Parts: sequence; C-alpha cells; structure tokens
Amino acid sequence: MSDVVIRVENLGKRYRIGERRETYGTLRDTLMEAMQAPFQAWRARGSPHGKSEIWALRDLSFELKRGEVLGIIGRNGAGKSTLLKVLSRVTRPTVGRAWIHGRVGSLLEVGTGFHPELTGRENIYLNGAVLGMTKTEIDRKFDEIVQFAEIEQFLDTPVKRYSSGMYMRLAFSIAAHLEPEILIVDEVLAVGDVAFRKKCLGKMREVSSREGRTILFVSHDMEAIQRLCSRCILLQQGQVLLDGDPASVIAQYLAVNSSKGCPNTWIDLSHASRFGTGEAQFTAVHFTSDRAAAAFQPYCKGPVEFLLAIESDSPRSVGSLAVSLCDSSGLRLINADTVLMDRRISLRKGYNLVRLRIDSLYLNSGVYRLGLWLADPITAHTVNSAYDYVESAFEVEVVKLESDGNGLSPNSVVTCDFHVIDVS
Amino acid sequence: MPQQADQAIEQTNPPELLVDQTQTILIEPPRRCEALELREFWRYRELLYFLTWRDVKVRYKQTVIGAAWAVLQPFLTMVVFSVIFGGLIHVPSDGIPYPVFSYAALLPWTFFAGALSRSGNSLVYDANLVSKMYFPRMILPFAAVLSLLIDFAVAFVILLGMMLFYGIIPGATVITLPLFLLLAFMAALGIGLWLSALNVKYRDIAYTIPFLAQFWLLVTPVAYPSTIIPEHWRFLYSLNPMVAVVEGFRWALLGQQNVQGEFIFLSTMVVLTLFIGGLFYFRRMEAEFADVV
Repeated sequence: MSDVVIRVENLGKRYRIGERRETYGTLRDTLMEAMQAPFQAWRARGSPHGKSEIWALRDLSFELKRGEVLGIIGRNGAGKSTLLKVLSRVTRPTVGRAWIHGRVGSLLEVGTGFHPELTGRENIYLNGAVLGMTKTEIDRKFDEIVQFAEIEQFLDTPVKRYSSGMYMRLAFSIAAHLEPEILIVDEVLAVGDVAFRKKCLGKMREVSSREGRTILFVSHDMEAIQRLCSRCILLQQGQVLLDGDPASVIAQYLAVNSSKGCPNTWIDLSHASRFGTGEAQFTAVHFTSDRAAAAFQPYCKGPVEFLLAIESDSPRSVGSLAVSLCDSSGLRLINADTVLMDRRISLRKGYNLVRLRIDSLYLNSGVYRLGLWLADPITAHTVNSAYDYVESAFEVEVVKLESDGNGLSPNSVVTCDFHVIDVS
Repeated sequence: MPQQADQAIEQTNPPELLVDQTQTILIEPPRRCEALELREFWRYRELLYFLTWRDVKVRYKQTVIGAAWAVLQPFLTMVVFSVIFGGLIHVPSDGIPYPVFSYAALLPWTFFAGALSRSGNSLVYDANLVSKMYFPRMILPFAAVLSLLIDFAVAFVILLGMMLFYGIIPGATVITLPLFLLLAFMAALGIGLWLSALNVKYRDIAYTIPFLAQFWLLVTPVAYPSTIIPEHWRFLYSLNPMVAVVEGFRWALLGQQNVQGEFIFLSTMVVLTLFIGGLFYFRRMEAEFADVV
C-alpha cells in the first residue's frame, strides 16, 4: 500500500520522572549519583527499574493514508504532544519505529525562532527557514504572507515593538503558508483572536482539500476537530483507546469525561470506581432504545437494551447479574437482576458479551444513575465479596417522546399505565 | 481501472517546490553510535545561512558603534599588550614590531575565544528551537562559529593597515593563511561541539567558558613568542590546539622564522582529534537534547 504515508509500530517513549520538570542537573549531582549508583543498584535489585519513570507513549501503532486529516484527542498527559514530537523528529522514541513518507512540516508552536530584535521582514525569512521553507519559496509567498497577516506598514519595525495580536498574526500567517505533504500541528490554534483563527483554519482546510495533504492535528477544541478531521484517535496513557470517525470518538470521549452516557456507543468502564474481587469485571457498556426519534435515548415506557462487556479471569457461572437505575439521591428505582429469574449465566475465560433488555421502562423523563452488579448470590453477602459492583457507572437520560401527550411534566419519578374507566 | 488512473494523476501533481518528495523518514530509538548524516546537514544549509545571518544581525543591534566593536576588542587588547608586554616588560617579538606581532595573534585568538563562548551556549540560547523543531542540531554551534568569521574579516582589515604602516610585506607563505583560518575554525567548532553538548546537561559549562578562555590565553603564544618556552616543555605546550593556529598566522603573514614544524603538526593533530571526536560526541548526545534542554 503506497497510499500509507505514516506507519507507526509499537512506538514507546519513556521519560524519567522529573526529567521534564527539572531541566538540568549539575555535574556534582551526576558525580554523586555515579558514586552512589552501585549501592542503589544493590538496594534496588528487587525492582528492575530503580528510578521511577513514566511511559508517555506505549505500544502505539497506527497507519495514516495520504489525504487523511487525523485529529488526536485525549486528556492532559495522554501523550498527544509527545506523539507529535516523536513524529516531527524533535525527540527520539525509546522503543518502536515509525516511517514517514513525504516532506514533513511541523508546527508545535507558532513563531518558533522569532527574534524580537529583528524586523517583521527579517523574521518572515528566519521563521520560514526554521519551518523548513526554502528561500525561493519564501520569496514567492512573501507578499501573500504579509497581506494575510495585515502588517504591511510595520514590515520594517522590530517585532519587539509589535502588539501581541500583530505578533501572533504574523506568526500564524507564515505557518499557514507552509506547504508540506504532511503537516503536524499541535494545539497552536488555541491562541490568537477568534476571527483570525477562523481565517487560519479556513486556509488550512482549503490547502488540505486542494492538495490532498495529510494532517495530524492535536486539539482540545472539539469543534475544530469535527470540522477539519476525517478521522480521530483518542489517546489514553500513551495508547490508542479509540480510532474512528471524529463524531463518534469525540462523543465517547466527552461521554466518559462528563460521565453522562451516550446511547449507541461503547462506554469504557476501565476507570470507573468499583468494588468487588475483580475476578470478573464489566469493561464497557453499550445501551440503546433502538428508536431514532428519541435519539436512541431510553424513553418513557419504552424498551432499553444493554450490551455488557465482561472480562472474566476463568470460566464461571454467575447467579446474579443486575442493571439498576437510581435517582440522583441514590434511591434504587429499578433493579433488573437475573437472580430473580433464577437463571445462571455462564461466562467464558476472557471476553464475554451479555445482552440484557428491559422491555418497558416505567420512568418519567430525567437523569438516572446506572449501577452494575455481578456476583454469585451464594457467596456474595457484601459489595466487596461480589465479583464486580459499579455503583455509578454513568448517567443515563430518560427522555419523553414528543409525540406522547401534551408536553406537561408528570410531577413524579415513576410512571404507570392508567385509564379513566368511567365518569358518572 | 479508470479510477486508478485518476489517482495516479493526482499523486503526480504535487507542489513544484518539493525536490525530494519520495524520501522516507525512518524514526527509531537512538543508537550508541550515530552516523554523522552530513547529507542531512547539507539539506539544511539554508537554515544554517539564516541562523548565521541572524547572529550577525542581532549582535550589534541597538549599539552605537555597531560592527566597530569587532575591531575594538582585539585592537584595544593589542594596545594594552603593546604598552605592558612590549613597552614595559620588553617581551621579545622575534624582530617583528610588537603591535603587529601581537595583533596578528589576537585576530585568530579573538575569533576563537568568541566562538567558544557563542557555540558553547548556542543550544541553550536556542533551547526553544531545539525543543520545538527538527533540524540537525549541529547547525546551531556551526552558525555561531560562522557568524564570528564576519567579525574576523572586519578586524583583519586593521591588520592590513598596520602591516602597511610598519612596512611589512608578506611573503609567499601568505597563501597558506586560509589553511590556518580553517584550522582555527575547526579548533573553535570542535571544542564548541563538546561544550555545547555538555552545556545542555550541565549548566556548569556556561560558567566554565569565560574562565577557560582566560586560562587558555595564557598558554597560547599571543602576548609572547613560543620560543620563550623551554625546550623540554614544548611537547606538552604544543598539545594546545591554538599553538598551531597562532604560530601559523604569524608565519603566514609576517614570515616569522622561529616556527617548529613538528609542534605545529602535533598541534594540528590535536585539533583534528578534537574536531572529529566532537562531531561524534555531539551526534551521540543529540538524541536527548530536546528532552533535557
């Protein structure tokens, strides 16, 4: 496949903790360390790594095709910026490899290499060269850059006399005129005034669609990711957690973060707070009402179907698997427990998928907390002896279908079926 | 099939400025011994040019006398040396008028000392570039040393004026001057590479450099001829790479006679060793610059 322009294989980057914060050591420290090293090695012989270290990236693999615009999202410290630094060759990986096919331009920051004493004109050439443009290329684009930045009359003023707005505009403008085949952009669009930022985004999009340019783009601005990207990956602790179309990846990222569950998506539970022995655990949940008119949200008196992904460390038969819904005060309103049906569920070692359906949900519109329970009722007497108990996995919103009734709120939590039989 | 043809046309229609668009970059963990990648360095020659140009341009911005500083530093040192060593202490100068004798040595010396300090601090000074952009890092100390060649050229004009004044006409040996300038360049860059790479990790280096330059001046035959060094110390003395440079300058320009070839040779070997060692040491340390600086 010659179409693949970036291939990343098992990439890993290790930092020693403190290395990034404490920027340099003194010779004396190193000498001291060198002298103490044999003793420390002897003391730390139990643990393979005497020093504490973190893997900013770990076992990261993906491929990117020509013309794809990849958005990279994730929480702080998920490894987004480290990934861009490795791919733009600012820093080297600790393990793994990556191949990049084509000319790379990276924009980890705008205005890198700007010198305050130099004029706008001089800085265009300097910054252009730093970004990898040739002199002839800069000559050719010079007027366009100046015009785009709207700084014509200050061209021969040292940039230290520029207002911060002018400074940013000039820096952005140079960056926007970069024309590599592969563009790597870090959170640079987070600064600058909104109107100018839009102009830059527009320029970026225009160039990428016209020339089939491949872009890697890190941002916390979900709207920009949605608009620009054709694909999105979610990083977590240096690994790819999700990879897919931006809308669904962003939806899931937000869902996990706001702890409000979205229907029709897999909600990761690996970080949920839980009780239990952990011999078998819920790893992810998917729910839907299968009704597009309700945006697949559970609705009043409608069905709701759960897909429960369960990881078990050995084959076992489980007597009690329950899905519960509580109100905000913690009052359990519904508890769909298999123990009531006297049906045991057999789990394989490893990954299992259980489908559970509530035929009609007698809850009025509102937000409810979903709880999950997995236990053997014979041995489990407390939450800690259950296999797994997640008290509050996420929040589920129960909606009211527009077509039902007159739109008045029922003034109660649960609902029921009722008729007026007679009036006399 | 027609679809594939369409794709092919689209792909062969890239921006015209890409010279080597089929290149594939391999990113992998650093090894113990890295190749020098001189071709990669060559590809970035324009950046080298712009950074050198920046260093020259910025150096004398917002100064009153500007580039005259390039002349004043060695010239005033020469005046002080002439009064104290030439006039008061009567240091021998091998039959050459003392001002010319010392200025001809101060030229490469000023270049060397300046280059040492600038290249030694270059990576730290441009830490932002190092941590945000990719380019062969060697460009930074290289540009720092190159930018001082401009100062050297300006100060050189004064030497020509002084030679004219004292009626010294250089012999055929003057054609070897570029070689000694190259030697000075390699000495400065060689040591600059070591210092800059060490400075990234140990900021002690930044404090060591001024002291180092001071000390070094005393063991280099700038204010005095190397002939005053006792015979049995000469071997040790010529391990100083600047001995070959300074003696070479005097020999090429002023036709100084008391030059001992074997010591120049030895000193030159030291320069080459430092330079080549510096290149490889720098390449080895380069991988972690962005993480540490």
